[in-house]
Amino acid sequence: MNPASPEQPEFLLEVRNLVKHFRVGGGLFGGPPGLIKAVDGVSFAIRRGETLGLVGESGCGKTTTGRCILQLEHATSGQVIFEGREITALSEVELRPVRRRMQVIFQDPYSSLNPRMTVGQMIAEPLVVHGIVPDRAGRAARVKQLLSHAGLLPAMAHRYPHELSGGQRQRVGVARALAMEPSLIICDEPVSALDVSIQAQIINLLEELQAEFGLTYLFVAHDLSVVRHISDRVAVMYLGKIVEITDRKSLYENPQHPYTRALLSAVPIPDPAVESQRERTVLGGEVPSPLNPPSGCVFHPRCPIAIDDCRQVIPELREISPEHRAACIRIGDAHP
Amino acid sequence: MTEPGAKTPSPVLLDVRNLQTQFTTSGAIVRAVDGVSWDVCPGETVALVGESGCGKSVSALSVMRLVSQPAGRIVGGQILFKGRDLLTLSDDEMRDVRGKEIAMIFQEPMTSLNPVLTIGRQLTEPAEIHLGMTPAQARDRAAELLSRVGIADPERRLRQYPHQFSGGMRQRMMIAMALVCDPALILADEPTTALDVTIQAQILELMKDLSRRFGVAMLMITHNLGVVARYADRVNVMYAGKIVERGTAREIYGNPRHPYTLGLLRSVPRLDEPRRAKLQPIPGQPPDLSRLPVGCSFAPRCSYVIERCREEAPELDVIETQHLASCWVAKTLGREVEPVVS
Repeated sequence: MNPASPEQPEFLLEVRNLVKHFRVGGGLFGGPPGLIKAVDGVSFAIRRGETLGLVGESGCGKTTTGRCILQLEHATSGQVIFEGREITALSEVELRPVRRRMQVIFQDPYSSLNPRMTVGQMIAEPLVVHGIVPDRAGRAARVKQLLSHAGLLPAMAHRYPHELSGGQRQRVGVARALAMEPSLIICDEPVSALDVSIQAQIINLLEELQAEFGLTYLFVAHDLSVVRHISDRVAVMYLGKIVEITDRKSLYENPQHPYTRALLSAVPIPDPAVESQRERTVLGGEVPSPLNPPSGCVFHPRCPIAIDDCRQVIPELREISPEHRAACIRIGDAHP
Repeated sequence: MTEPGAKTPSPVLLDVRNLQTQFTTSGAIVRAVDGVSWDVCPGETVALVGESGCGKSVSALSVMRLVSQPAGRIVGGQILFKGRDLLTLSDDEMRDVRGKEIAMIFQEPMTSLNPVLTIGRQLTEPAEIHLGMTPAQARDRAAELLSRVGIADPERRLRQYPHQFSGGMRQRMMIAMALVCDPALILADEPTTALDVTIQAQILELMKDLSRRFGVAMLMITHNLGVVARYADRVNVMYAGKIVERGTAREIYGNPRHPYTLGLLRSVPRLDEPRRAKLQPIPGQPPDLSRLPVGCSFAPRCSYVIERCREEAPELDVIETQHLASCWVAKTLGREVEPVVS
């Protein structure tokens, strides 16, 4: 981790009470109008050089959170403070220099690369657009350098995406993100489309680059084992809200929220000897629709320890111990 | 049940012997499944584990004789199901086996369900065709199956269409479809890969429970080593069209004897172990199946490679009872031999 220098704020990114609602329906064929509360009051901060893991199941709002930070979605309300500056109200022109500093690596390296451009062209494009390296020769050299940072041979610059394997494509995605010399990279499920043996290669690459360039990561994923490996701190999301956030050690060794506990229990351990001894809580039901979320605590219909109060009271994300917050009114009660 | 035929008295339900399935693509021959043998006993859960392109799905499709023609062809081997070689059956005979005696569950339920037929129709059709049920009987059967797989309010659900079901419910519906004719064997191809972790746990528990209660044998095809550890009795590890290691789940995980298995196990972070500073990936990438190296296909990525590996391909060899591996250094792996590359 990079120590924060005196003139820089401790946090590279701060998200305050972020809300993103999508209006649906109401049109000619759209059915009754409704409001999807994709992100519903999310707050967290990431220190410089740190990796914050953001985990949750599909539809929990983790990707939308990332897109709101990148200003690819316009937040309904709330603030995104990046490098000390509130950016949700900036114009497109004002945003351009900000966008250089925050990059994204997507899940699917197959659909996030342009099939008609060579790897070299794709990596060089942002260098042209942002006027970072204006001359052609300089760009070619920079592309080579970026490819080698991402663990690819210079000859890859002349290849097209279809000629590459999944792991190589994801490396191209990494090289392209690095081209802008960002301070923050939002990694949105960067390894979940890759084979097991390749996943570890990409995770190691991301860690090496973080150490070398002092990068800060928001690592969005659903694989709790991978998140534990790469994150310094972890936030768990459920139905648009953060239900627990703390450092890696506390989250995995002392999870407080019943949802976090259930998630951890659902991850199978690759060892039959361990598995046969393990007690597991299999959650019933499914994630409810964010169009019509449950009252009170959104997790109560699936919660193994819910009480009547959980139907009415919206639990606050409160401090359980220093740097460990969870949103459950039953924490502290005598429960198993 | 099957018609009386040439049944051999054998405890093995499905016995795949030296199966070879090839694809011809722009002149090149891809040996997707290259002389593979495995079996499943009644009521047992057997896993085929490997990464994309290793031939695990093609193995299952070959058993169902659903390999897409003319590009793909089964060019050799036998698939003995209850003693009958499925490769010698006529198309009509095969249709009787498919869905009735061997059912298949696919990874992506949305693409394997018919979007314009109701859930009810998709469940009653096999019951009417294979079991000769009347529409009313088939409907009762469908409702019973939906509740068996944990879908509430089955009567209403039967009238709905796949798009009205969530991902988890669609996969439950796929399982219900597989169960319609009480098959002896279910081939499940990455049944939970598209699902969230809490739903994955539900579906796998359901499948395990059904297999225990009704004695259905299961072939589970997956890349998820955790899922295999929790649910499989025996494991086959596939790499580049071949089985490289086979054994009981405990043997494979506790005492892996092929460098690929070892590499896979080492490359995944584990929640139950202290966090490692660095993951140990398998270097390189899986090979191009149309241009396999001479000798062992895994040799270019192997940290334990010796000269012989590049010249001569190892065969599956017995390490211990019920534990086989195809590796020249299998017996000393991880004991005396130190990895060449760190």
